[in-house]
Amino acid sequence: MRALDFDYMLGLVPVILSYVPITLAMAGASMVLALALASLLAVERVIRVPVLDNLVVLFISFFRGTPLLVQLFLFYFGLPQLLPALANINGVTAAVMGLTLHFAAYMAESIRAAIAGVDRSQWEAAQSIGMTQAQMMRRIILPQAARIAAPTLVNYFIDMIKGTSLAFTLGVTEMMGAAQKEAAGSFLYFEAFLVVAVIYWIMVEALSQVQGRLETRLNKAFAR
Amino acid sequence: MISIRGLTKSFRGAPVLRGIDLDIEDGEKVVVIGPSGTGKSTLLRSLNFLDVPDAGQITVGDLTVDAARASKSDILALRRRTGFVFQNYALFANKTAKENIMEALVTVQKRPRAEAEERALSVLRETGLAEKADSYPAALSGGQQQRVGIGRAMALGAEVLLFDEPTSALDPEWVGEVLDLMRRVAEKSQTMIIVTHEMQFAREIADRVVFMDGGKIVEAGPPSQIFDAPRDDRLRRFLKRVGREQGAG
Repeated sequence: MRALDFDYMLGLVPVILSYVPITLAMAGASMVLALALASLLAVERVIRVPVLDNLVVLFISFFRGTPLLVQLFLFYFGLPQLLPALANINGVTAAVMGLTLHFAAYMAESIRAAIAGVDRSQWEAAQSIGMTQAQMMRRIILPQAARIAAPTLVNYFIDMIKGTSLAFTLGVTEMMGAAQKEAAGSFLYFEAFLVVAVIYWIMVEALSQVQGRLETRLNKAFAR
Repeated sequence: MISIRGLTKSFRGAPVLRGIDLDIEDGEKVVVIGPSGTGKSTLLRSLNFLDVPDAGQITVGDLTVDAARASKSDILALRRRTGFVFQNYALFANKTAKENIMEALVTVQKRPRAEAEERALSVLRETGLAEKADSYPAALSGGQQQRVGIGRAMALGAEVLLFDEPTSALDPEWVGEVLDLMRRVAEKSQTMIIVTHEMQFAREIADRVVFMDGGKIVEAGPPSQIFDAPRDDRLRRFLKRVGREQGAG
């Protein structure tokens, strides 16, 4: 067994770090879009609009039931063949699209469950003062559902950050893509992928810290 | 003026309200009593469509809603003329005492925030909870939560306040403060319909007492008639039973 080339690894750290922004940008954009879409899907699942409900169920079933990598390939390589307008779709856009739809499907289910977990008295109180359904959702139910759903949603965000690594298969040079290129030049595969693994790990750990603070904030109203 | 005509409601085929007719004058205090499971709460909840009645008409002021044909906007309009006080308080858990009261003013009545806040603070002073304005419900006692609940309903400026067993979920030590607040609300010639098991309170606050049994109004009249000279056998038996339980004469 050969020794690890620590000098090479140290030199690689700033190279990989310079791709943290593109990774975070993809994850951040996908998270915001997925949250918005998931909230809409979840609300629809709760109020069940005829016909639309069937479409939403189908959407969630497909995007939960197929691998993320397959979905990314469908968007990047497949769709442009059907829709010439998408011929110039770039890898980042396709990745954000894929991550958004994939994770929205998962998040919709956990938000739906969280909405169902909000006490019935909260719905009745909102109705009793004459709120419309939209007002009730936005002002009373979703904020309380957010608290219930927060831990699982942060887990999905962690998954999403790691999921951005698949974008390198669409030709995007993000952290994983950069590590792959470096490794291909130096043949030091173990070192290169170990560096990128540790950087992902640190990012996720940092996020876990944020998670703790977020949950404290969301629980503020419920502390005695 | 509130007018209820032929109100019926069934739950899964089991009739709970079997045709309720009731007229209530402006400023009148009506207390509804009767055995449990007899439709008292359902009557109250039907009046603002928390339970959707099967048939009948509800008139509040110049608004008449036909239960069988009520549109969404009918229901909203009716709810905006009625304030509801829940047995389990049902304060918005994600909002402070002050925000609980402001919510309807800002979101439903579209009043400016500053005005709503001023109104909320003045209601909190009336309920004796000014210093709890920024507390969340979880940090309040049952009695304090229910006082905020009453404040939330008061602030609406509704034509009628509906109280659904407002003290039944409270520890005995908090019942007095809630009843006191209701007495103060009553003094302001607010129309009130109250479902309660507090017979002494009913006798004291009611202009009229309505006794329900089996989904119907069996007897109605001033407290002196209902409590001192009840005519119907079921009412007599009910009063005897409650009297024993409450240790009163």
